Amino acid sequence: MSRLLRDVKDSGAVAFMALLIFAPFLGLQLGDSDSGNLTLSTRPALLAAAVGLTFAARFCFLLWEAHRPPRIPALSLGLAKSGKYAAPALLIFAIVMPFLPGIKNASIDLGVLIMTYVMLGWGLNIVVGLAGLLDLGYVAFYAVGAYSFGLLSTNFGLGFWECLPLAGILAACWGVFLGFPVLRLRGDYLAIVTLAFGEIIRLVITNWVSLTGGPNGITDIPHPTLFGLKFSMAGGPGSFAGFFGITPSPSQRITYLYYIILVLALLTNWVTLRLRRQPLGRAWEALREDETACRSLGINVRNTKLTAFAIGAMFGGFAGCFFATRQAFISPDSFTFMESATVLAIVVLGGAGSQFGVVLAACVMIGVPELLQGLQIYRMLIFGAALVVIMIVRPRGFISTRRPTVALGKAKPISADLIAQGQG
Amino acid sequence: MAYALQQLVNGLTLGMIYGLIAVGYTMVYGIIGMINFAHGDVFMIGAFIGIIVITALSGITAVPLGLLAALIISAALCGLYGFSIERVAYRPLRGSFRLAPLISAIGMSILLENYVQTSQGALERAIPNLIPGGITLMRQDGFAVQLTWMQIAIMAVTLVVLAVFTYIVTKTPLGRAMRAVEQDAKMAALLGIDTNRTISTTFIIGSALAAMAGVMFLLYYGVIDFYIGFNAGIKAFTAAVLGGIGSLPGAVLGGLLIGLIEAFWSGYATVAYKDAAVYSILAIVLMFMPSGLLGRHEVEKV
Repeated sequence: MSRLLRDVKDSGAVAFMALLIFAPFLGLQLGDSDSGNLTLSTRPALLAAAVGLTFAARFCFLLWEAHRPPRIPALSLGLAKSGKYAAPALLIFAIVMPFLPGIKNASIDLGVLIMTYVMLGWGLNIVVGLAGLLDLGYVAFYAVGAYSFGLLSTNFGLGFWECLPLAGILAACWGVFLGFPVLRLRGDYLAIVTLAFGEIIRLVITNWVSLTGGPNGITDIPHPTLFGLKFSMAGGPGSFAGFFGITPSPSQRITYLYYIILVLALLTNWVTLRLRRQPLGRAWEALREDETACRSLGINVRNTKLTAFAIGAMFGGFAGCFFATRQAFISPDSFTFMESATVLAIVVLGGAGSQFGVVLAACVMIGVPELLQGLQIYRMLIFGAALVVIMIVRPRGFISTRRPTVALGKAKPISADLIAQGQG
Repeated sequence: MAYALQQLVNGLTLGMIYGLIAVGYTMVYGIIGMINFAHGDVFMIGAFIGIIVITALSGITAVPLGLLAALIISAALCGLYGFSIERVAYRPLRGSFRLAPLISAIGMSILLENYVQTSQGALERAIPNLIPGGITLMRQDGFAVQLTWMQIAIMAVTLVVLAVFTYIVTKTPLGRAMRAVEQDAKMAALLGIDTNRTISTTFIIGSALAAMAGVMFLLYYGVIDFYIGFNAGIKAFTAAVLGGIGSLPGAVLGGLLIGLIEAFWSGYATVAYKDAAVYSILAIVLMFMPSGLLGRHEVEKV
């Protein structure tokens, strides 16, 4: 009984703090009077509801905490094991998805969006998950890819397929260029400088109006063609529908885009998995574990870091190029810090270093907010709260076990806590 | 000459505001080693509480009393915000994977921004200049260097707050506990320091400073919206890193430098690229001094 009383007291204290915290924002509301001055109106019902809810939530939490089964600190292999079967299943689903009966264009479009973030997540995973370099400005390379295609196509009339490799190469060059100054920096110094580079690129794009169109962005970016066949709604000769003699419909173009990004994302995954087995990938992982040991064993730390930046940036550039062709319109608004944060959150939420985890996290982080579209203004509120809650519940991400790349004998999954977090 | 002096005055005022926010970043970083991304949003919340208090008190009390009330109420409530944020979002993650608190902080930042946006609307809110007038320092070729009362008030309040804060950190048992936890949390705990309480206090003090900076930002510019926290937060974090993260004098120095860079760049080059200038200088300084201007160079033991 005394326990219940204590819980009630505790919840009461929390509710009182909630009252103070919520009072200025939920209890009061700023408004404009006719004379242009600010006015205040009160909303006691909303405030009372918020405080009551806090009390109830805290009380339930305390009750649950008293009765929950003790935690077993064993290796939780559930999700990681399921990944063995779930990953191929998911891949097959991804391949046949556009041809499932009754599938809507909107769903395929959502698939395209999720896949773009999967690709970005895999690209950033090379930098953060494998090489252990905390990059908060990944969106810079996404922007470089998108703008290089946008500018090349509108100024020189190049198509998507010519620009795709160029965008990747340009982004990789920027990766090396921006990687050089930060070679000596570690940890959070690296984080802030990469963030700064991301912001600089966005500011330049916004302000260099004569080249990039500034805040108005670039419009009329061409859609990709299939061996020169356009996906135009008019049909006729030279178009996809005209060539195959079918009625043109928007779903053809969306499906085509879907398969392009699927192939690009799988390419990213394949390259990453292959590289991990090669000396370069092993050097990355060694760098993440211990930079000093790496140096003393004769690994060229500079080149290793730069290749990580370059290859990560290259995939970011590919994804950016695809983004530009999908949207047909790009503006600096698409390349804010929020994008970097979202991609980083996908990588960390998936379990840094885990390829399958990135897919899961991208589905959760991109898919769920899209499904919440109806909630409009509360969408981002829920998104932020969800990030906090997921991190607290699973600090090592969805997939919290790793299979070492190299092992003596049979490689057994180990807890992610044994993997260094990378101070570089 | 006169123009440069004017930019100096403007830059110092702005720099003081950045410095106040940066102190909160650097304290939290020093003590638990995480980037508190939500700190900029606490600054924004402080500004909003300020505007609410000023609106509520306008016409009831004299202006100076109203401003003082805004500062104090805002600092107190934001202290509570800081405390709650640490309890809810960071404490459960202490000692775990380094990136986890970072993502949690980013989530908290998004949460706070949208909390203010949904509860108070996305519109910009403006107040009139409450301390109008000023003194003219000098005149030259028809250009008058103005030092407004507002700027004087901001500098005075910042200096007082920083003096009190320095006293707390260097002279009181609380400050000693904070420095001890910063050096070695485990050892401090063994010696009887309540680390949890010390970390909570750090968050409360840092958030209160950010709140005061928020109120002064509101008074100085007169316009705020729910998004000001992001830019100010990034700038203040840049200031903290520039000064050497973990170093308190470094944070103030970094803040002043960034304020000055911004003011002079806007005055002599283009306003559009002032933020880019700040970030570029950060990158250049860190290239040559990887631990910032006043940061300790960490010797890595193997």
